[in-house]
Amino acid sequence: MNAIEVNNLSKMYRLGAVSTGTLSHDLNRWWHTVRGLEDPYKKVAEANARDAKGDSEYVWSLKDISFSVAQGEILGIVGRNGAGKSTLLKVLSKVTGPTSGSIKMKGRVASLLEVGTGFHPELTGRENLFLNGAILGMTKQEIRSKFDEIVAFSGVERYIDTPVKRYSSGMYVRLAFAVAAHLEPEILIVDEVLAVGDAEFQKKCLGKMKDVSDKEGRTVLFVSHNMTAVKSLCTKGLQLHHGNVKTMGEIDTVIDSYIAFAAFSSHNAVNAKNEGFLLREISIKDNGIKGNFDIDQELTFSIDVENEQDFESININLFFNAMEGGLIFATCSTAEQLKKGAHRFTCTIPANTLNDNVYSVDIMVVKQGSKQVHYIKEVLALQGNEPKREGAWLGKFPGLIRPTYFSWNKTSF
Amino acid sequence: MSNKENIQEWTEVIEAKRSLLQINLKEIWRYRDLISLLVRRDFVANYKQTILGPIWFFLQPLFTTLMFTLLFARMGKLSTDGLPPMLFYMCGITFWNYFAECLKKNSTTFIDNQSVFGKVYFPRLVLPISVSLSNTIRLGIQFLLFLATYLYFILNGSPIRVTSYVLLLPVNVLLLGLLSLGIGVLISSLTTKYRDLRFLIDFGVQLLMYATVIFPASSYPEKYQWVAKVNPLIPLMETTKLGLLGAGSFDPQAYLGCVIVTIISLFTGVLVFNMTEQNFMDVV
Repeated sequence: MNAIEVNNLSKMYRLGAVSTGTLSHDLNRWWHTVRGLEDPYKKVAEANARDAKGDSEYVWSLKDISFSVAQGEILGIVGRNGAGKSTLLKVLSKVTGPTSGSIKMKGRVASLLEVGTGFHPELTGRENLFLNGAILGMTKQEIRSKFDEIVAFSGVERYIDTPVKRYSSGMYVRLAFAVAAHLEPEILIVDEVLAVGDAEFQKKCLGKMKDVSDKEGRTVLFVSHNMTAVKSLCTKGLQLHHGNVKTMGEIDTVIDSYIAFAAFSSHNAVNAKNEGFLLREISIKDNGIKGNFDIDQELTFSIDVENEQDFESININLFFNAMEGGLIFATCSTAEQLKKGAHRFTCTIPANTLNDNVYSVDIMVVKQGSKQVHYIKEVLALQGNEPKREGAWLGKFPGLIRPTYFSWNKTSF
Repeated sequence: MSNKENIQEWTEVIEAKRSLLQINLKEIWRYRDLISLLVRRDFVANYKQTILGPIWFFLQPLFTTLMFTLLFARMGKLSTDGLPPMLFYMCGITFWNYFAECLKKNSTTFIDNQSVFGKVYFPRLVLPISVSLSNTIRLGIQFLLFLATYLYFILNGSPIRVTSYVLLLPVNVLLLGLLSLGIGVLISSLTTKYRDLRFLIDFGVQLLMYATVIFPASSYPEKYQWVAKVNPLIPLMETTKLGLLGAGSFDPQAYLGCVIVTIISLFTGVLVFNMTEQNFMDVV
């Protein structure tokens, strides 16, 4: 039994600022409608490829999307930035209307595109709790009956009668989340909002989402970039690309497809030559595809070089950068004496060292201990993936690296 | 599963084109708690961190009245239909403020609330309705001030009297409320894409105040009588004054005209608002 059916859904956006040019388009469009013709701008609209330069001012953020979601399913929606995920959620939650196509849904719908929508800084936590609950579609009666539970969940009992403008940002978010977590719609639409919360909240909220779906047969649509959460929480997946459905099906298939599709690379034929030293290529062996590696397996880099003359001392450095946090660490080979010919350097990073982050790798070749021969930035782009996690907590493991081989001991006195 | 069953099952169907008259009153009714909470928010949030708090409800019209009395009646020697200027202006200001506040606040519904509208759906009409309701309550409170002033003047033997037209007072308030709601939501819909009208509103409301509050209909010179005729607020103001203070006029024809204008603007406003609400987020 389907809870949601989406048929040929499309959404067109106009790029650029709304200005005087818009009026002429509006008049033209109106003139076409009057004569019973189709919107002239629908024809010129292009697929929404962010990085490609287009000719049209109109783009399809979603183009002819059709899918259905069975009742009780948790559908994970994945895709790169600009793939149309948020637009899809907005149209599903009626924040904006479709350009064409239709959506049919069964049951009460609540959407959580943001937490704390409509919070008023001057009002107290209690007042905001009621207001926010009502905005999300709860009745006063429902809120009153769950009030204590919500306050307990948020953990801000003490401040409940203080204006929220005096709250720390963490308290503010917790209260807002608490309201959202107690929504009881038949269909719940959740955007990346959970990314804002602290780990403790994520655990609570994701757990709660799973609970409602399992026990009460609710349908959940969930957008996230956190593959760990998606993988552990969702049963079905939908991958969007440039406003089209790329794949739809079992969550693992969809995630694999998404990963394979991303712009990561585990191989780079560099072929850079300097001072008679050829840096031929760098690649990863036997772990993952296209730069997506499993963090619980060792990661081996092999670097092929060829030199036209003898070198007394060469060492190769790899720099690991996190997308969000600059250089994390560097590793350096021992100084090698290289005879003329081809050579291969390998570097192995033990399993369970890196985290499920996006990394870029720079390579530097140094002769005689200090003279730089090659320095190539972002020679590889990698994505760490965590295997499906068991247990209650599905949030992102904090940190840029995640060495799990540190030893822990307990001594009792 | 048969096709018929399928159609009955769906509780929510979202399509690109909506029929013009698809105003879901049932849905608005379902969100009545939100309306009442928004009304509450308007009151509570407004006077937080003020020492005088709700007393400001009285101070605003009081000071405006004193100012008008001084400026227009004492210095400008403008006609107040033979009524004590204080009462004349206070009556005008109380009802005018109601109309003007509703109009101004409702005319920015979409622009003011885009951050909320962009994130969550509820019937958008809930907001203008709550604005109009909270202003109606405010009118009720400010009317108490008027009544107090009224009593003071009665006790001092002023020549004022209540006439049977006072029975029309609730109708007048309703018409003022609906008219400002209609025009307000119409303007709010028209300004989502093109902001030009917004500049007109501030300016227009100010001009309208002079034409409505300061000059009684009887004081318009012959040449400008048409101004009094086209201003739909004049019959309402005049009837209100006639009922409460015993000086003013009741022109059944003009009054009916005002009712018609109200109904038309309410329908047009709600219709256009309804057409706009689905996609306004894309252009606001």
